[in-house]
Amino acid sequence: MQATIDSQAARKGWLGLLAKAPAAKLAQLWAAANITPTHHVLRAPEIGAVMVRGRAGAVGAAFNLGEMSVTRASVRLADGTIGHGYVQGRDRTHALHAALIDALMQTDAAGQVDRAILSPLRAAAADRQTARAAKAAATKVDFFTMVRGED
Amino acid sequence: MYVAVKGGERAIDNAHAWLAEERRGDLAVPELTVAQIREQMALAVNRVMAEGSLYDPDLAALAIKQARGDLIEAIFLIRAYRTTLPRFGASLPVDTGAMACDRRVSATFKDAPGGQVLGPTFDYTHRLLDFKLAADGEAGQVAEAAPLHGPTPHIMGFLDRENLIQPEPAGETTPPDLTREPLELPASRALRLQALTRADEGFTLGMAYSTQRGYARNHAFVAELRIGAVAVEMEIPELGFSIEIGEITLTECETVNQFQGSKTQPPQFTRGYGLVFGMTERKAISMALVDRALRWAELGEDNLGAPAQDEEFVLYHCDNIQATGFLEHIKLPHYVDFQSELELIRKLRRDAQQMQEAAE
Repeated sequence: MQATIDSQAARKGWLGLLAKAPAAKLAQLWAAANITPTHHVLRAPEIGAVMVRGRAGAVGAAFNLGEMSVTRASVRLADGTIGHGYVQGRDRTHALHAALIDALMQTDAAGQVDRAILSPLRAAAADRQTARAAKAAATKVDFFTMVRGED
Repeated sequence: MYVAVKGGERAIDNAHAWLAEERRGDLAVPELTVAQIREQMALAVNRVMAEGSLYDPDLAALAIKQARGDLIEAIFLIRAYRTTLPRFGASLPVDTGAMACDRRVSATFKDAPGGQVLGPTFDYTHRLLDFKLAADGEAGQVAEAAPLHGPTPHIMGFLDRENLIQPEPAGETTPPDLTREPLELPASRALRLQALTRADEGFTLGMAYSTQRGYARNHAFVAELRIGAVAVEMEIPELGFSIEIGEITLTECETVNQFQGSKTQPPQFTRGYGLVFGMTERKAISMALVDRALRWAELGEDNLGAPAQDEEFVLYHCDNIQATGFLEHIKLPHYVDFQSELELIRKLRRDAQQMQEAAE
């Protein structure tokens, strides 16, 4: 049971990473990894929308905020492993890459795919976030109180 | 009698060809790319995404280029495009408490945990034209400091713990969607918030300003304004669990408002809420003020007859695409309608003249 939860958490992790990765960067890493698995496209890349929800007062009842564009695709590898890709934006290749990587990560190729593709994506995402956070931190206000000379 | 009139195809084609040429402008000036608009006109892109109600910076930038910078026309293009997309589903409500904040300020608590983070703001600029931008536009070095780790807590949470602020009931029901069902009144708060987040910025600003000037005054403080990136998570049926499907930038404004208490409520602060796609600070603050004004009934306040309290007035007039669609249609051919008006007024004048002649 614990193993299922762990593997689900890991899959959730890489699917989220692939969804948010820049399509061009992923395409470049995919090409460089030189992995060409035999596969069958179960669901051709499809562009659609997801209604994003928020909460009234950040914590209250849900409301519909607006849609975002999402592209999805599904593939089956020769050994029967199925992979799904849901990615932000309208790039069909991005969704196919995500589905293929999702499938490969459930096979013996997982280690290789993680090293060649997911690790660099994780590092790039962390760098982007840290760079913004560092700039934000530099704009944090340091208050000081003027001496009022009352004593 | 109904008279169908055809014609004008050639004139229309030629007009559109000329429009394309005018859009391009002087050929001696390099053409704008969509990427340039997305990166360098980011706040226009954000407005088009918010009011077009579709988060896709590339499409919004393309719409702005096509519309020659007319943002309402660009919003119209996005609204038209989004109706062609199949809906895969709805996300889980975004967790703005986990936002990676570029900016986070509070006008009520100086020493809020997490601090006052200004971010890339126009505030405190002198609003003087910068002629350096006309010359080269190179940005200087940006300062960095040790990044703050962990989520920034919502300031309202502190007031909530003391029961000083009206609680926000969670509720897990599926919210109504005005893109699927026609708007019906009275509207729930969820429906009002959906209408307001995609509402015209100018209209919302005007309504919000009217409450500040005394029409249904409710004296808002910005308890917190935050801008940053949040992950969007959705349940995927074929997986059986939820995954992050993307990351979007949002602006969130929470206001704290004076409230005297009512027959049913002890005196406590009340809330207004704004949440808008992109970096859209003016809109988010306006939305929070108008949201608060529209809550008069549920909070047991008096209806002062102010425009911002009038749900029907606000919700039926805040959408700039509905408004401009109806407004601009009156410039299109109304020859037959007008012909009948002309007939009528001629007849009335004839009758009046005959009466006068008879009297004489």
